[in-house]
Amino acid sequence: MPLLEVEDLGVEFRRRGLEPFRAVDGVSFDVDPGQTVGLVGESGCGKSVTSLAIMRLLMPRGNRVTGRVSFDGTDLLRLPIRDMRDRRGRDLAMIFQDPLSSLNPVISIGLQVTEVLQRHRGMKQSAARAEARDLLDQVGIPDPDRRLKEYPHQLSGGMRQRALIAMAVACRPRLLIADEPTTALDVTIQAQILQLLGTLVRENGTALIMITHDLGVVAGLCDEVNVLYGGRIVERANRHELFATPQHPYTHGLLASIPRLDAPAGERLHPVQGSVSDNIPWTSACAFAPRCGNEVDRCRSASPELTAAPLGHGHQLRCFNPVLPDGAGVGATGGSAPVDSAGEAL
Amino acid sequence: MLRYIVRRLIQLVVVMFVLSLLLFLWLRSLPGGPDSAICGERCTPDQRVAMRHALGMDQPIWVQYFKYMGRVFTGNFGYSSGVEPGTPAIEVFLHRLPATIELTIGALIFAIVLGIPLGYFAARRKGGIFDNLGIISSLVGIAIPVFFLAYLLKFVFAVKLGWLPDSGRQSTDLAQPATRVTGFFVLDGLITREWDASWDAFRHLILPSIALGTIPFAVIFRITRSSVIDVQNEDYVRTAEAKGLTTQVIRRRHILRNAMLPVVTVTGLQVGALLAGAVLTETVFAYPGLGQATAIAFQLRDFAVLQVLVLASAATYTLVNLVVDLSYALIDPRIRTR
Ligand SMILES: Nc1ncnc2c1ncn2[C@@H]1O[C@H](COP(=O)(O)OP(=O)(O)OP(=O)(O)O)[C@@H](O)[C@H]1O
Ligand code: SF4
Ligand SMILES: [Mg+2]
Repeated sequence: MPLLEVEDLGVEFRRRGLEPFRAVDGVSFDVDPGQTVGLVGESGCGKSVTSLAIMRLLMPRGNRVTGRVSFDGTDLLRLPIRDMRDRRGRDLAMIFQDPLSSLNPVISIGLQVTEVLQRHRGMKQSAARAEARDLLDQVGIPDPDRRLKEYPHQLSGGMRQRALIAMAVACRPRLLIADEPTTALDVTIQAQILQLLGTLVRENGTALIMITHDLGVVAGLCDEVNVLYGGRIVERANRHELFATPQHPYTHGLLASIPRLDAPAGERLHPVQGSVSDNIPWTSACAFAPRCGNEVDRCRSASPELTAAPLGHGHQLRCFNPVLPDGAGVGATGGSAPVDSAGEAL
Repeated sequence: MLRYIVRRLIQLVVVMFVLSLLLFLWLRSLPGGPDSAICGERCTPDQRVAMRHALGMDQPIWVQYFKYMGRVFTGNFGYSSGVEPGTPAIEVFLHRLPATIELTIGALIFAIVLGIPLGYFAARRKGGIFDNLGIISSLVGIAIPVFFLAYLLKFVFAVKLGWLPDSGRQSTDLAQPATRVTGFFVLDGLITREWDASWDAFRHLILPSIALGTIPFAVIFRITRSSVIDVQNEDYVRTAEAKGLTTQVIRRRHILRNAMLPVVTVTGLQVGALLAGAVLTETVFAYPGLGQATAIAFQLRDFAVLQVLVLASAATYTLVNLVVDLSYALIDPRIRTR
């Protein structure tokens, strides 16, 4: 049985005088115990909102959350907020993107770690202190005794993220959500932090939702990958299949934008052209159509569903005209030639 | 931290030094010089020469300056000519000081005790009725001139309703005359167990404190409100939520503490406004403090007293700044550990 089942999750922001905005639209995915699941997509596609909705950390006003988030059989969205507070930090924990702003600048690292232990594990001050020391040690912070007394501004970026990770794993949560935990860090530090996360979840058997815009991160860490676009999942596959046979034009775009070491010097990266602001609503079209190289007539008149992909097992796709490799039998390669039958073939 | 304090104290000395120099120049630039200012218009030439000699004005200017500085350091500013004629100016200052400190503390307590919690609640219920009422009353509080508010309070609560005394620091018709210990009347009563004297002094403080504390209250209310609103949306508050901490801990430890940083600064700045406001408030309530002394000294050209007052208010201002910076450093480790 999955540890976390997200079913038809929707988040709509409502502001006075503005059209309601669906930032997350019918997102469903499962996370098994100990499994690492990626949520991938560019800025603004709804990754953070999804994770905040799961944790129920969205501001109480100005939005409406629908669907089900069942954690170990309990629907978190319908849990009294008190009970939810009991679970946050204990059963499910979260790491954020910007370690500096995510740490309280006027409170010592020590207190920021021990407060979780005292809250959820009922530890006394001294026991919590000793445990906090061990935690910092575990996440690879040298000289933990000194660091406990220091404040966030006295730590380096990587060290801060390690401290945040220590706080998140302090109570051995069964699910950890990491929202772009490495974007704010130097490249070398990024690799270290990812490695640390990988080790921690493996050793503790923690399930991990890894949120990133970087498919490189996915390649190193995730078992399952969900590609998000405009608040919907557009492609889902296990890591191996996603990289072997990506079929959504957007995923292709993301893959093409990964910097490659073997690329000739001076070659430019190929980010997906256009930006999220070009989106059209999903209601009766494919939101990606304005940016898609594979667009066909239907893309503007009907909304594609998430269905089994032409290639692979358990591979799912939301596209009328997927990009298929040469000789795959169903259609042409990505690019100009539209294949009308592709949609029906699904 | 210690080095920081020492550095600030040195700064304070420098500021005081510059100020005394300015004051010296100001005194020399008085119409006709200090001699005629002290001597008056109907001075005979002989008297004037004697006065100039007594004041040392027949000596070179740098000698005069050193003598002047010597007097400043020994607290010898000459005798009051108008506020309390014949008393050394420094004594006029010293025995009025507790009155003004008492009033200032009263005003600050009024402003802080009301401003911070109300600002906090307004922020929690941003956009609600309470929030809007708070914003409106703080706008009124800032806009209303101090002397007008003082008159209004006096008229309504002292004259019309008779709930509170309308002037002075203590009633003259106490059952037995109050014993003086520190010069802080409320405190004196508590020390000597003369409860009625203490209570009476306290009642005298209420209206002036409100009049003087209204602007700081309004300012503190607004800065607390906006600061709490800002801090509520900070990432670290979300982190605290994600840790599942109780609302109590989140509010106290994570929101309030950070939100207090700008409040501390602004409260310190308000002390300057209090010094100015005290002149008006004390005058309206015939409250025998330094504000009243300032008004009288200006009116009667009591330069000896004015000198002390200017130096003292500058010293207060720099000292308060120091206290603000220190408490800031106490709250914010980013400053402390620099
Ligand atoms: N409180 C809010 N009110 C209104 N709109 C919001 C709010 N929070 C997020 N959004 C919108 O929801 C969409 C999804 O935002 P989200 O933060 O989930 O993006 P993201 O995928 O995490 O991007 P990034 O990589 O930049 O973090 C964006 O278009 C954003 O503007
Ligand atoms: S081919 Fe059509 S459905 Fe598929 S991504 Fe492009 S626009 Fe969307
Ligand atoms: Mg995000």
